[in-house]
Amino acid sequence: MSNTNIVIATKKLTKQFGDFTAVDAITFEVYQGEIFGFLGANGAGKTTAMRMLCGLSKPTSGEATIAGFDIYKETERIKTKIGYMSQKFSLYEDLTIIENINFFGGIYGLPKAALKTRTEQLIHRLGLEAEANKLVGDLPLGWKQKLAFSVAILHEPSIVFLDEPTGGVDPITRRQFWDLIYQAAESGITIFVTTHYMDEAEYCNRVSMMVDGVIAALDTPTNLKKQFNAQTMDEVFHELARGAKRKSD
Amino acid sequence: MNDVIVENLSKYFGKPPLTALDNISFEVGKGELFGLIGPDGAGKTTLFRILTTLLLPNSGKAIVNGSDIVKDYKAIRKKVGYMPGKFSLYQDLSVEENLHFFATIFDTTIAANYKLIEDIYKHIEPFKKRRAGALSGGMKQKLALCCALIHRPEVLFLDEPTTGVDSVSRKEFWEMLKRLKQEGITILVSTPYMDEANLCERIALIQDGEIMSIDTPQNITATYPYSLFAIKSTNMSQLLTDLRQYDPINSVFSFGEYHHISFKDEKNDTDTTLAYLQNLGHTALECHPISANIEDCFIHQMSTK
Repeated sequence: MSNTNIVIATKKLTKQFGDFTAVDAITFEVYQGEIFGFLGANGAGKTTAMRMLCGLSKPTSGEATIAGFDIYKETERIKTKIGYMSQKFSLYEDLTIIENINFFGGIYGLPKAALKTRTEQLIHRLGLEAEANKLVGDLPLGWKQKLAFSVAILHEPSIVFLDEPTGGVDPITRRQFWDLIYQAAESGITIFVTTHYMDEAEYCNRVSMMVDGVIAALDTPTNLKKQFNAQTMDEVFHELARGAKRKSD
Repeated sequence: MNDVIVENLSKYFGKPPLTALDNISFEVGKGELFGLIGPDGAGKTTLFRILTTLLLPNSGKAIVNGSDIVKDYKAIRKKVGYMPGKFSLYQDLSVEENLHFFATIFDTTIAANYKLIEDIYKHIEPFKKRRAGALSGGMKQKLALCCALIHRPEVLFLDEPTTGVDSVSRKEFWEMLKRLKQEGITILVSTPYMDEANLCERIALIQDGEIMSIDTPQNITATYPYSLFAIKSTNMSQLLTDLRQYDPINSVFSFGEYHHISFKDEKNDTDTTLAYLQNLGHTALECHPISANIEDCFIHQMSTK
């Protein structure tokens, strides 16, 4: 990662709901082409933070730019520069693979010719030629998730946000999914990913750990393990989350 | 007699028929903590729904706590507790009201079995007036477990109770299960998290409606057929690509900080491999023998099926 272009920059970004501070003055930067792990316990504020970064929720205070655009004034431009997928929201089950690709390509305003080429490339890359006209609902979960990721980066965004993309996926497909993530990162797309699989934290260039709305630690996995005198990222996570006051239970 | 006996159970859905369960057989002993380990779509939920009498199998039979799942379904419903993977309590009722409701339909009271749920319920008691729909994920999970336990079932079915739950809360949940086991309740729990396999007494690895293996976690990992090594270098992504193209390699998969590798020929020495990788420009190479974990075994069995 020789590139140090900053694609996400936040400064004291805060979100309050009534007297509850969900995200408490977080400041961090993410670089272009980086795989950035955004970790934290349930209820630590990850989803709220992500919603702000995607331009879906207005911050209470603080600043942030996403792909160079302001998080308060330029949310519509941000949306053209990002991709998003989660385990819950991905594709339309009642549309075929081709229909889904065309739909999302259309939403992102891809010109017809470009959409046609990229659709062919995508189908070919995933080896889905025989399934192209099948309903997405009939695909195994692993395929759906790989397809959803490819559709989320169809418009070549600067950043793709992945919210627990590999939840419930079998161990081989989970690793194939990470191959796709590596490929995307190498092509210059920044990956912003949350996961509950601690081995996946190791695959990130840098990892941030949210505890009670603040970023309690942010570094490379190697440095975090050194800092917390831990053997694995799971131990780092336990060390940090144990101190949490805001309990998910 | 074993508490759960499953013989040649099969279930198909739709037209053309999709096989959800393919001729499954296994038994679970009284008071055993038994894990079904497998990804989404493996058939775990279908199996639980059949064993809790919510779904009929196409063929095969099953006995739960001495009763036949088809003929004696009414008897089974009184004796089992079921926590579905999807939160299924009444969102508009409060914590307390949900618990009271489930106690009432099982013709019992909260007071009668309070001791059994006390350890779990005390975490959510401060919020007993809150609507179930307004609880956090962790609290919903605890309330659902209390509701599944309030009639003191003989057999407890927990369908993916820890999915989407963070690593710390998952550990807490398993501590609760250990305490329930001490009460003599037979527990069947399903999970997609391979690391939770070691917390069960026996496990079944399930994939595409078939049980690939069934044994204690220790015995399953002991039967992994290859010598396994953990390897790392400064460029893990490149290392993965290079190892995949290296002919002597049988398998290579990422496992966090390391890749796990096995060789086609057991005689293959790691020194040659390290020299080969060094030639390709890898630095800070490190390689050492390891024992296989459940995920290694699952991947191996998936690939050889």
